[in-house]
Amino acid sequence: MSVPISITINGKIYESEVDSRLLLVQYLRETLRLTGTHVGCDTSSCGACTIIVDGKAIKSCTMLAAQAHGATIITIEGLANNGALHPLQESFKEEHGLQCGFCTPGMIMTALQLLEDNPQPSEAEIRHGLEGNYCRCTGYHNIVKAIYHASRKMGKEVVHG
Amino acid sequence: MASVIGKSIKRVEDKRFLTGKGKYVDDMVLPDMTYAAILRSHLAHARIANVDITAAENAPGVVAVFTGADIVKAEIGGVPCGWQVDFKNGDTMKEPPHPLLVADKVRFMGDAVAVVIAESAAAAKDAVELIMVDYEELDVVVDGPDALKDGAPLIHDDVPNNICYDWELGDQDATDQAIENADHVTTLEFVNQRLIPNAIEPRSAIGHYEEASDRYTLYTTSQNPHVIRLLMSAFVLGLPEHKVRIVSPDVGGGFGSKIPHYIEEALMVWCSKQIKRPVKWTAERNESFMTDTHGRDHVSKAEMGFDSDGKITGLRVKTVANLGAYLSTFSTCVPTYLHGTLLQGLYTTPAIHIDLTAVFTNTTPVDALRGAGRPEATYLLERLMDNAAREMGVDPAELRFKNFIPPFDGVSQPGYQTQVALQYDSGNYEKVLNKALEMVDYQEFRSQQSQARTEGRLLGIGFSTYIEACGIAPSAVVGSLGARAGLFESAQVRVQPTGKVSVFVGSHSHGQGHETTFSQLVAGKLGIAMEDVDIVHGDTDSVSFGMGTYGSRSLAVGGTAIMNGLEKVLEKGAKIAAHKLEAAEEDLEYANGQWTVKGSDKSIAFGDVALTAYVPHDYPEGLEPGLDFTNFYDPTNFTFPFGAHIAIVEVDKDTGKITIDRFVACDDVGNVVNPMIVDGQLHGGIAHGIGQALFEGAIYDESGQLLNGSFMDYTMPRADDLPMFETDRTVTPCPHNPLGAKGAGEAGTIAATPAVVNAVIDALAPFGVTDIKMPLTPERVWKAMQTQIKEAAL
Ligand code: FES
Ligand code: FES
Repeated sequence: MSVPISITINGKIYESEVDSRLLLVQYLRETLRLTGTHVGCDTSSCGACTIIVDGKAIKSCTMLAAQAHGATIITIEGLANNGALHPLQESFKEEHGLQCGFCTPGMIMTALQLLEDNPQPSEAEIRHGLEGNYCRCTGYHNIVKAIYHASRKMGKEVVHG
Repeated sequence: MASVIGKSIKRVEDKRFLTGKGKYVDDMVLPDMTYAAILRSHLAHARIANVDITAAENAPGVVAVFTGADIVKAEIGGVPCGWQVDFKNGDTMKEPPHPLLVADKVRFMGDAVAVVIAESAAAAKDAVELIMVDYEELDVVVDGPDALKDGAPLIHDDVPNNICYDWELGDQDATDQAIENADHVTTLEFVNQRLIPNAIEPRSAIGHYEEASDRYTLYTTSQNPHVIRLLMSAFVLGLPEHKVRIVSPDVGGGFGSKIPHYIEEALMVWCSKQIKRPVKWTAERNESFMTDTHGRDHVSKAEMGFDSDGKITGLRVKTVANLGAYLSTFSTCVPTYLHGTLLQGLYTTPAIHIDLTAVFTNTTPVDALRGAGRPEATYLLERLMDNAAREMGVDPAELRFKNFIPPFDGVSQPGYQTQVALQYDSGNYEKVLNKALEMVDYQEFRSQQSQARTEGRLLGIGFSTYIEACGIAPSAVVGSLGARAGLFESAQVRVQPTGKVSVFVGSHSHGQGHETTFSQLVAGKLGIAMEDVDIVHGDTDSVSFGMGTYGSRSLAVGGTAIMNGLEKVLEKGAKIAAHKLEAAEEDLEYANGQWTVKGSDKSIAFGDVALTAYVPHDYPEGLEPGLDFTNFYDPTNFTFPFGAHIAIVEVDKDTGKITIDRFVACDDVGNVVNPMIVDGQLHGGIAHGIGQALFEGAIYDESGQLLNGSFMDYTMPRADDLPMFETDRTVTPCPHNPLGAKGAGEAGTIAATPAVVNAVIDALAPFGVTDIKMPLTPERVWKAMQTQIKEAAL
């Protein structure tokens, strides 16, 4: 069965007819070719697919495209502003918070939410906030540092999403 | 311009990953592409009586279905093993075929039985469910030692007792005698549990045959695309290698699991040829769990003898290595030449012997996993050392100092010849442990620990002083040990007419940051800007050749190939510069991107020399135009990084939960090109090593079902399981490569595991606990405490 949907993604409206069982992550990756959002598992465990839907970080492998009808979504591709990296993206680079880059989009989108909920988190709070995201490369050390530094750099500046 | 070599330059590859523009295999779509789904056996051991594909063939969107029978008909051999290990008696190891799809019987849960190709991934997955297989179930064996027992089910009908090979190294008589005559013998039985690698990017492969040009392209998540091309062309599909292109673009982590040539790679290429359209397969995570090669899985007994002074007199090891159901590409060398040869550790042990049997079982094939063999060796040695110290009432750091090989630089002093074939390049083991002890403030910790004990709190400290063999490896040496490939590396340095430099490297980056580190080498050596350098890797059509990235070899071997290529560029450039400056070559010096006539202000820039090489109007007679060199570098020895890791843990007496309070690592990886990247490698490795100590381990039930084959069931370290790591280093350059580099990719994994386990055992010393099997789950720790309490009460 196909369903009509209309979703705002990174500021642009997309109208499509989708198979009712199509996952949101597949819609992003396969239909729209926004391949920055990754798939690392089939059990909602790794967080590689994390995006922002209506201001909340969600795992896009665990939501149907049809459920996102009418939603406003930000993916990793929509984070930089006119080519200027978001402070989180900057900090991940500065602190070497990524190696293979596969978990990175999900980590950054999760961090975005984390800093919105708690703009000045402690190290322990950051670690806790990353519980839903696996990284096999970095040992998390530099990811934690990157988020910490981004939060201090951003100060009271409003986080997007 | 100050050299960029040795600086923490931010990574040049980061931008694409940070903005969602990385290009991984599964991100690719080719015109007219089809999608494959593979039917995996849900049984671990069964004869295939019948496969009915009728319903699948007729399902919507299905393009083709192939089974094992089609592979047999096409006369395709299996994926080969790249390393031959002979039996003790000289017989060749048993090498049963690993077919692309099995026709006769399945041998592990996940064995590939059929493939469905359809217009969409969803259609392929739907149709695969419609294939009906009649299985006749067979008895199963999953455990290495069980596979050796009389009457154990045979995985391969023509492999008696399931033995792939038996093997030994070292002097057995001397070792037996040393253990017999020792004043003290510490004995431990180890299960180095089976780990599942779980790179976060699942494996993926796209086969694309183009009939008009008779060309084959395979896009694959590989650490070594040229190796895949050679194996697939020459040994599996019989393709003309010059018409085969392998592309491994951005790859989301490998850790060894993306070294082997997998059946899915050859299968996608073969299927594409059958249907004349591109075919893509991407593993679901549950397929990754079942079919990515696993790691470790050793069962060992080890005995270490000491004299009355605490000097090690001998080490005797007996190991059963479980290789799984089939031989993966490098599976055979991991328990032997990457494990047995490392049993010297950092110690002067005069007699060592290992006796090892490698067996087949009904489990996923095993191959290299971060560290590969070296973690298993280090785990044995370092657990024995800490236990021996406790048994003999000696401080564990003291025991190590007493037994360390004295410092040697490999230049004025020769390398250290071990009892187990290797010759260490250079080392200063005392220094690295001393530094780690300072970092941790050892004496202070011991007093905190005694204080805590009086309050009923269980603090522990664990040591691990390790060595590993990296920079793999001299071709002649590995060839004599059974490798069926050379292990050199190649790099092509192409100076473009404008003086920009493209470097085509055979090493492959899947997180290691080669685009940055290698650019630093080029920019540093030539005195040009980092932006003027481009590093190309992962495509056999552009890179001339390469053996790929594993065994922490990229900088030591691949980096040296680049350096040698740069030397050739400068040599030829000097000839052109001399001609243009009308000076003798010997009167020139090269610095800051230009040649200058010594003692004058006459100079010519690198870019002008490059342009002259391609516009050779006014040019040295007899010199070929162009400035482009391909260099192959074959190292003369392995490199031997080493270090000291110390873990401090607290164990909750009531729950058995372990908290890592501090993790201190002092490593010596030789000279460092980019400290930030090296530290990052260490962090990731340490996390992986802690994962083995505390969380990870494949669990098979008796029927061969992988019980924890998902992220919901298999535990890996998450951010809140780990502390911030405290890292530092000493620098003992490698004497035999121009960079003095040793390698850093696996050190953390090798070192961390025993440090953590030793720390837990130290914390539980008041209970008399001497061993807990990994992973040290709270349940196991709690039980260990209860058992000892109960025993004490009796
Ligand atoms: S892909 Fe969504 S959580 Fe793993
Ligand atoms: S950077 Fe590779 S998984 Fe996180």
